[in-house]
Amino acid sequence: MNDDTRRDRVTRFIETLNQARELGLSVEDAKEGELVLCLPYSDRIIGNPETGVIHGGAITTLMDTASGSVIICALDEFELCPTLDLRVDYMRPAEPRKPVYARAETYKVTRNIIFTRCQAYQEGGETIANCVGTFMRIGKEATPKGYRDLITGGEV
Amino acid sequence: MTDAELLQYTRDTGDFSRMLSSIPYARFIGLECDRFGDDLIFRLPRKQQNLGNPILPAIHGGVIGGFMELSAAFYLMMSQETPRMPRIVDFSLDYLRAGLDRETYAECRLTRQGNRVANVMITAWQKSRSQPIATARAHFLIEG
Repeated sequence: MNDDTRRDRVTRFIETLNQARELGLSVEDAKEGELVLCLPYSDRIIGNPETGVIHGGAITTLMDTASGSVIICALDEFELCPTLDLRVDYMRPAEPRKPVYARAETYKVTRNIIFTRCQAYQEGGETIANCVGTFMRIGKEATPKGYRDLITGGEV
Repeated sequence: MTDAELLQYTRDTGDFSRMLSSIPYARFIGLECDRFGDDLIFRLPRKQQNLGNPILPAIHGGVIGGFMELSAAFYLMMSQETPRMPRIVDFSLDYLRAGLDRETYAECRLTRQGNRVANVMITAWQKSRSQPIATARAHFLIEG
């Protein structure tokens, strides 16, 4: 699988997630076991109206989506892996009116569990948040074939 | 209404709608809150835009996280003197069951309140409180 295929699969996958569409998440970069997603700034996700800083929940969703989708960049065949847990450390508030990026990687893939790391940051800026996650592998058969084909575009 | 007046109004009336609608992200996911005696129950009504997995379908895990995080922050603010949103330091979330496309509830418990940091436990459930869909723990910085 090449990086274009990875990007296409992740793009199609996040397009099926209503909340990811609602937030306007997009793929910046996809490599083997590595993925960068972008969350555009929006007034609708502000957590502090005085400062215009977006709420941590939107960053949690960005990082959860990046961590869950980077699995597509690590496995040859598409399989849905439910999240077991996430741990998010918030270093600093995101600067208002700028997009936030999340770079996720799978640092260990086992038969049953996938371990991920993710960093949220802004252009030229410092880390906003770090996140580690674990995902459970329930096998590709647990996902209906029609949905798998939708993500892979029908290729194996 | 100033923030202090809004906090007082919410405490006096138990009507959380004004305070919640002042936070765009709370409106974005549709967070609501009801008071029963001294207890607060947070509520996330069904919403198409909150879904993730389209097959089940299930609420996006990040939305469940955001819902619990925001609930904990509100819960903590209601227990403080000053109407300042506490700043979150970290958040640890265990997903126990899929959050299906139905109304979700959350309640919070202050495990430990120090001078500067508070530790809050959050439990989220749908059908039955005895079958939580997620549990979480958060640390917040309290600014005087």
